Amino acid sequence: MTSIIKPAKTASFGTTNAVFIARSIRHSVRNTEALVMAIALPIMLMLLFTYVFGGAIDHGGHYVNYVVPGIILLCAGFGSSSTAVDVAGDMTNGIIDRFRTMPIRSMNVIVGHVIASLVRNLVATAIVIGVALLVGFRTSAGIMEWLGAVGVITLFILAFTWLYAAIGLVAGSPSAASGYGFALLFLPYLSSAFVPTHTMPAWLRGVADNQPITPVIETIRRLLTGTPIQDAAWWAVGWCMLILLASCVWASLMFDRKAGRR
Amino acid sequence: MMNVAVEMKGLRKAFGDHVVLDGIDLSVPSGAIFALLGPNGAGKTTLIHILSTLVAPDAGTARVAGYDIITDKEGVKRSISLTGQFAAVDEVLTAEENLRMMGRLSGLTAVDARTRATELLESFDLAAAARQRVRTYSGGMRRRLDLALSLVVSRPILFLDEPTTGLDTQSRRALWNTIRQLAAKGVTVFLTTQYLEEADQLADAIAVIAGGRVVAQGTADQLKSRIGGEVVELRDENDEIIREIPTGGGIRDVKMTIDELVRTAPEGSRVNIRRPSLDDVFVALTTKEVEGSAI
Ligand SMILES: Nc1ncnc2c1ncn2[C@@H]1O[C@H](COP(=O)(O)OP(=O)(O)OP(=O)(O)O)[C@@H](O)[C@H]1O
Ligand SMILES: [Mg+2]
Repeated sequence: MTSIIKPAKTASFGTTNAVFIARSIRHSVRNTEALVMAIALPIMLMLLFTYVFGGAIDHGGHYVNYVVPGIILLCAGFGSSSTAVDVAGDMTNGIIDRFRTMPIRSMNVIVGHVIASLVRNLVATAIVIGVALLVGFRTSAGIMEWLGAVGVITLFILAFTWLYAAIGLVAGSPSAASGYGFALLFLPYLSSAFVPTHTMPAWLRGVADNQPITPVIETIRRLLTGTPIQDAAWWAVGWCMLILLASCVWASLMFDRKAGRR
Repeated sequence: MMNVAVEMKGLRKAFGDHVVLDGIDLSVPSGAIFALLGPNGAGKTTLIHILSTLVAPDAGTARVAGYDIITDKEGVKRSISLTGQFAAVDEVLTAEENLRMMGRLSGLTAVDARTRATELLESFDLAAAARQRVRTYSGGMRRRLDLALSLVVSRPILFLDEPTTGLDTQSRRALWNTIRQLAAKGVTVFLTTQYLEEADQLADAIAVIAGGRVVAQGTADQLKSRIGGEVVELRDENDEIIREIPTGGGIRDVKMTIDELVRTAPEGSRVNIRRPSLDDVFVALTTKEVEGSAI
């Protein structure tokens, strides 16, 4: 009972998080297909909506100014959905048992995936904005408006990534996780992302006006186009915080419940 | 001073109607190599999961390194290291990255984690493949990495669930040496195995579980003496074993058994007399239990 039997040193909270974030970012970078998709999708969508649909929807040629926030959210939604697959993959692999039997907060493994998703999606957002500027997007936004827009986008990515993480924890397998997550990807289409909601039939308008994506889109759009935001920002932040909190609680309950079951 | 490393009383666990552990009482002294034997489905993995806080028992109590497995999970986690039955490695990372990650998570500095990773890659014969992603590894390489990951830092108690399954003879012997060295340093090793020879070679104490209960416990020699004396093997002309007959061990017992064989054995067969092995004990114990529970 010499040097061996001493109370084990434990990794600090910061180190644990840093290690898991680095791990998830490595996973993201090495998943070539997902990475190519994450970069190609924003470019393709930008070009598609500007040149193919844009002419039909808005003859004035300013549709690109309207659609940028929608495409950012579409890409962010798609990008965060892979978190469900990553989390479900970890939970069905023996590595989670190793983390759970170590004196660390093993839930941080999920935090690692969430932060990696945030990084991936902010890169995708930058690509959308870059391509948008190339194809004629013009904004009156100053630094404060940009910061506000990026803040709302970040909050949106975090909320949906946590939601997808919870879905990944509920799903029995990575492929089931990808299936459940798919449904959420349609939400942006039923919002003011691509056409103003007043052009929709009344019943659909009711759905579109009262779902979380619309205020987020409106907030970003009004920030970037310099129109008064009104109360859209409160709704956007409220919705995102609600989804974020509910998903975090749900995810940690599921994480504990899954202990020892694979 | 802690004399008992692992102690359990009345552990029970059922999955639905299926009772897997039906009151397990065992005690493992500090610094010992303890082998848990049992047929497939006996509940060895379940017991290790309970002791390593992954699964909660339905009833009973257990202490690992003096910490209660239910009320002091953190204490238990600080004292153990686990290699489960199935590889628990990150397939996307390389072996080196896996080891360094585990080192950092175990509280080593980045420099120490790197040094330790290099040492372990060397001693588990993985240095040549250290920079390859684990996805490309063979089963045995994966298993060696899995074991190395549990040894990044020395915890007082090491759980190994069928550690040598899937390893070639050379790697198996190397692991046995590693286990002996750890035990010599004071680490308590709690392992399960399907290879009786392994328990015979390594273990200071052995327990056999079957039908949810401990059916035998002791040193290898104590267990062997439980089934009596010499075993008479009957072999055919190609030296293949036809029957193995346990005897009382006395001259008279052996002679009577052989007399019987003289009358009944086929022409050209031979006999061989040997000490009973742990396999004989295992077969005797676990088949008795199965017959017993069928009634
Ligand atoms: N999560 C679970 N849900 C339902 N049944 C389970 C679960 N885990 C284990 N079992 C059952 O418990 C029994 C014991 O399983 P366990 O894995 O502990 O056996 P074992 O002794 O390790 O077997 P082996 O030698 O094959 O590894 C088996 O019948 C198994 O089907
Ligand atoms: Mg097992």
